[in-house]
Amino acid sequence: MTTLQAPPVVAKRRHSRGLNRSPQETPAKFLNYVVLAVTIVLAAFPIYWTFVVASSTEEETAKIPPSAIPRGNLGKNFHTVFNSDNVYFIKSLVNSLIVASVVTVSVLFFCSLAGFAFAKLRFKGRDPLMVLLIATLAVPTQIGIVALYILMSKMPSWLGGNWNGQLRAVIAPNLVTAFGVFYMRQFILEAVPDEIVEAARVDGASTIRIYWNVIAPAIRPAIGILGLFTFAAIWNDFQWPLITLTGDRITVQVALSRLASGQFVMYTQVLAGAFLATLPLLVVFFLAGKQIVAGIMEGAVKS
Amino acid sequence: MSLTSNAHLDFERPLTPMPPRRTRAAWRSRVSSWDVKFTPYLLIAPFFVIFTVFGLFPLLYNGVVSLRTWRLDDPSNDGWAGLANYRQLLHDGAFRHALINTFGIFLVSTIPQLLMALILASVLNRKLRLRTTLRVGVLLPYITPLAASTLVFAAIFARDSGVMNYILSLVHVHAIDWQEDKYWSWLAIAIMVNWRWVGYNALIYLGAMQSVPRDLYEASALDGAKPWQQLWKITVPMIRPTLIFTIVLSTIGGMQLFTEPLLFNQKTADATGGTAGQFNTVALMIYKTGWKDLNLGYAAAIAWALFVIILVLAGLNAFVANRRVAGGK
Repeated sequence: MTTLQAPPVVAKRRHSRGLNRSPQETPAKFLNYVVLAVTIVLAAFPIYWTFVVASSTEEETAKIPPSAIPRGNLGKNFHTVFNSDNVYFIKSLVNSLIVASVVTVSVLFFCSLAGFAFAKLRFKGRDPLMVLLIATLAVPTQIGIVALYILMSKMPSWLGGNWNGQLRAVIAPNLVTAFGVFYMRQFILEAVPDEIVEAARVDGASTIRIYWNVIAPAIRPAIGILGLFTFAAIWNDFQWPLITLTGDRITVQVALSRLASGQFVMYTQVLAGAFLATLPLLVVFFLAGKQIVAGIMEGAVKS
Repeated sequence: MSLTSNAHLDFERPLTPMPPRRTRAAWRSRVSSWDVKFTPYLLIAPFFVIFTVFGLFPLLYNGVVSLRTWRLDDPSNDGWAGLANYRQLLHDGAFRHALINTFGIFLVSTIPQLLMALILASVLNRKLRLRTTLRVGVLLPYITPLAASTLVFAAIFARDSGVMNYILSLVHVHAIDWQEDKYWSWLAIAIMVNWRWVGYNALIYLGAMQSVPRDLYEASALDGAKPWQQLWKITVPMIRPTLIFTIVLSTIGGMQLFTEPLLFNQKTADATGGTAGQFNTVALMIYKTGWKDLNLGYAAAIAWALFVIILVLAGLNAFVANRRVAGGK
C-alpha cells in the first residue's frame, strides 16, 4: 500500500538514493534481512529444540555433540508422560481446555456488552468510570495472591465453600477483563456508526436488542482477536493455577511443572510434556498469527 | 433486571379506566425509559464486581493479613501480630538478596530488551519482502507457554548436557555453570525474558512507528540525516508515549518475575531460586514463604513491600517522564 501512495515525484528528486524517504519506503538492505533471519532463528530455536529433545532418548541427549535433528522416540516419551504418577497429564489437558474455553466465552460476552455500553450508550458517570477501568490495568493484582488464596478458602457455603483446588478458582477472577472491555470499546467506537444505534432506538429497539442485532454482527473480527488472546493467556497462565489447584484438578502448565519436579529431571519427558503444552497454541498461531500481530500493532494489547 | 421490577411496579398501581392499548403504550414507554437509564450500568457492572472481589479486595486485604499471624499448618494459631512480620522483613537477609536479584535481573533484561526491540522494529519498518511472515515469526516466543519455554531453556543451559555449553565449547569457552554461578544465572534468566518479550515489544513499537508523519523523515533526509540518526532524532521522540508504556509494563512484569526462577532451579519443588538463592526473586520468595513454609502472614508482608516498591518505581517513571517533557519545552 505504501508503494502505491508514494508520489513518483519523491523518487525523482536529486538525493534519491534512499535518503529522502521515510523508513517505510526505504527498501531493506541485505544486512536488514540478515538481522531478521538471525532473530527468527533465535526465536524458533527453543521451540525446535523442545521437539528435538522430546523425540530423543535420555542417552541420545547426553551425547556430545548433541543431535540437532529429531529422533524417533516421540511416541514413547508421550506415553511415559501420560503415565507419570501424580501428573495427570491428559486430564490436565482437558482441564486447560475447559478453563480456557469457559473464560474465553465469558470474556467475549461480558466485555462486548460493557464495551458496547461505554462506546455507544449515554449514562451518567460514563467517562469517569471508563478512566477508572483503564486505571485498573495498571494495578498489579498478582501481588494480592496471598489474600486471594485466603478469600477462595473462605467462600461461603452457598457458593460451594472452599474454592481452592477447584477449576472455578482459576475461572472466576478472569471472567471479564479490563483489557477486554477497553479493546471492545475501541473497536465498537470505530466499527459502528452512532446513527445506526440512534435509528434502532427510534424504531423502539431495546438496549439488548440493539446489542444483538446491530453490535454483535459488527464485532466479529474483534471477537476473533480478543478470543485468541484470551484463550492463549489462560492456557499459558501458571502462577495462580500452581498455587490454588491440587490433585488431578490441575491445568496443563501445572502438570508440566510437576513433570519437572522430580529429584532427577528427565528432560526427554519434561520437554515431551512441554511440546504437548505448546502444540495447541502453535496450531492457533499458524492459523491466525497475522491477526494476532495486527492486534498487538494496534497498540492496545497488554500481556 | 430493571425491566421486570418496573413491570411489576406498574401492575401494582391502581388501574385507571383507559383503553387497554394506551396503557400498554404507556407501559412500554416506561420500560423503554428505564431501559435507557439503567441497562448501561447493568452491562458494565460485571467487570467492576469481578475486579473488586478478585482484584482490589485481595490487594487491600493483603495488608490486613500481613499484620496477622496466619499459618496454613496451624490455623488455630491466629491473631494480630502487629508489625512483627515487617520487623522480621527488615532483618531478613534472604529478602534483601531476593530484592537485589530481582533488580539485577530486571536491569540485565529490560535495558537490552527494549533496545533490541527498538532496533528490530526499525528494521521491520523498512520496505520488506515476506513482511507478514517476518512479523509473525518474531512473535513466536510470545505465544509459547512460559512454563514450557523456561523448561527448555533449563535444558539448553544445563551444565553438562546443555547445547549452550556445547556451542561455547566450539569457540573454546569452558563449560559455564549457568545455574550455580550467580551472575551467569542472572544472564540465563535475562536471556529467557528477552527471548519472550523482544519481538512483542518490537511489534508495539512498529505499530507506533507507522503513525509517525512521513514528511518529518523527508525533511530530515534532505538535511542529510542517516537512517540511524532518523531513528534517534525523529522516531524515538515521536513514539515516546509508547516507549514509556513498555517501560512501565516491563517494570511491573520484571518486579514480579516468578516462573523463570522457579523452573530454572535444579529442584523446582524447593522454590529456592538456586541452591544458595542466587537467582531467588521477591515473587518467588512470596510463593515459597506462603505455600512451602506455610507462613501466609509473612508472605503477605513481603507482597506488600513489593507493592510499595512497584508504586515507587511507577511514580519515579511518571516523574522522570514529566520532567523530560518539561525540560524539552
